Amino acid sequence: MAIDNQTVRKIAFLSRLKVEDDKIEPTKEEFNKILNWIEELNEVNTDTVEPLISVNDVTLKMREDKVTSGNCKDEVLKNAPAAEYDYFAVPKVVE
Amino acid sequence: MAEYIIETNKGKWEIVVGLEIHCQIISKSKIFSSASTEFGDDPNVNVSFVDAGMPGMLPTLNKECVHQAVKTGLGLNAKINKYSEFSRKNYFYADMPTDYQITQFRYPIVGEGEITIDLSDGTTKKIGIERMHIEQDAGKSIHDLNPTKSYIDLNRAGVGLMEIVTKPDFRAPEEAGAFLRKLRSILRYLGTCDGNMDEGSMRCDVNVSVRPYGSNELRPRGEMKNVNSVKFVMQAIESEAKRHIEVYENGGQIEQETRQFDPATGQSKLMRKKEFAHDYRYFPEPDLPPLVLSDEYINTVRAEMIELPDAKKQRFVETLGLTPYDAMVLCENKEYAAFFEQAAQGHDAKKVANWMMGDFFAMLNKKRLDISQSPVSAENLGNLVELISKDVISGKIAKDVFEIMSETGEDPEKIVEEKGLKQVTDTGTIETIINEVIASNPDNVAAYKNGKTNLAGWFVGQVIKMSKGKANPSIVNKLIREKLDQ
Repeated sequence: MAIDNQTVRKIAFLSRLKVEDDKIEPTKEEFNKILNWIEELNEVNTDTVEPLISVNDVTLKMREDKVTSGNCKDEVLKNAPAAEYDYFAVPKVVE
Repeated sequence: MAEYIIETNKGKWEIVVGLEIHCQIISKSKIFSSASTEFGDDPNVNVSFVDAGMPGMLPTLNKECVHQAVKTGLGLNAKINKYSEFSRKNYFYADMPTDYQITQFRYPIVGEGEITIDLSDGTTKKIGIERMHIEQDAGKSIHDLNPTKSYIDLNRAGVGLMEIVTKPDFRAPEEAGAFLRKLRSILRYLGTCDGNMDEGSMRCDVNVSVRPYGSNELRPRGEMKNVNSVKFVMQAIESEAKRHIEVYENGGQIEQETRQFDPATGQSKLMRKKEFAHDYRYFPEPDLPPLVLSDEYINTVRAEMIELPDAKKQRFVETLGLTPYDAMVLCENKEYAAFFEQAAQGHDAKKVANWMMGDFFAMLNKKRLDISQSPVSAENLGNLVELISKDVISGKIAKDVFEIMSETGEDPEKIVEEKGLKQVTDTGTIETIINEVIASNPDNVAAYKNGKTNLAGWFVGQVIKMSKGKANPSIVNKLIREKLDQ
């Protein structure tokens, strides 16, 4: 599967990455190189193999339902570009 | 139920509706972090570094959220999946600091199930559940505090949600309403979600399409996001169906799109078309291994299950003799059902139900009280019914006694004793009054004897009035007729 310039722009948008116009073509080539390599892996028959979710064969550890964090709004808000009245303040987003 | 058909001068249409309901899980701490889930606190106090999406912070799954989800799944008569997986759903929005939501995609914790809904004509219908998965909630955006900025409160970010997806089984707005009420009732019985749609702890997305009546096709649907009351869900379905029909009948096509229902206008408006639909790029959550439940665990949760509204309703009908309607109303609310059972203990259950459905609920309504604040205790309501059953007081006097009980909270027996309201069943006393009434109304006696026999009722009324309501009506009735027919 080969991808085109338009797909590169779309992926850049979805990832919120700015890719300059003159970098689109080289990025497309890089993508395709990776995809070609993965195509090679596709030649292996995996019909009877379950997808691998994790290389660590560990079971999920669960936590007791206790409140042990929070109450640290100053720290939480410290890195916000803007905070007002203890809220994060962001450019108006109304969908 | 009568079929719901929308008929225009061009043809007949039926609707196909499915619901997706987000239910906040009741737990002390969030699903992947140990911050509090408390609602209504000051902004951003219940936020941990995990919830704020700080680099390097890792999610840890809350045991209780899994427990609540399994319980809910069992309440939906659904298959509990022993193997489930968490996935990342990627989208960019200011109230989601990680830019992805941890949810379940391919393998949800709960599979197919079904619940029975009760319709207004007394019939029931089964609605299929497609799946239920668990995920985290997003934060809350506040748009009206500043003209150029949105404010973000992350207290809600990370609270556990159960997303229940139904099959497209609804054919009428009423069915969707009945489903939401039943679901809310089940969740409240189980204590897994408080079901308050107005506070947003239960939120409903509605998918609507229409098709020519009698056909089997599935046409593109309009999806309405976050409709926040049962009434609005029903309105949203109706208005969206009408919009589709209008488009089709004018030769147009409906495209799959996301819309926003506005309760003020009863109409929905476009949010986004399919080509701008989110590209979520789901992939397995690398920070959480798969969730594996044992049969033993599932059976332990099964053993905790309590009697749910449907089973309770059936029992009330079959063993206590209630009408299906009374049983449904009393069982919809766990507290009502518990109050009723306590009140009916050892007394005439049918009569207790009548009292609850009538004077009792009217009293709570009038005083704007929750059943837990009722001045009349369950025991005392039961005792009042017992006094009627044993002919100690008449039904009419009982209403007066109930009035006093709802002011003072006193035991009805005490009230009857103190106010001397005991019913007179002694025939001698009643006969004395009857003789008096007959003696002072010779005209009516003559009229009765001349064939106006329906005057008997008037005589009964006079006697009861003279006895200040205390004479037993059936005895009065019997004796009056004996006297007049002599």
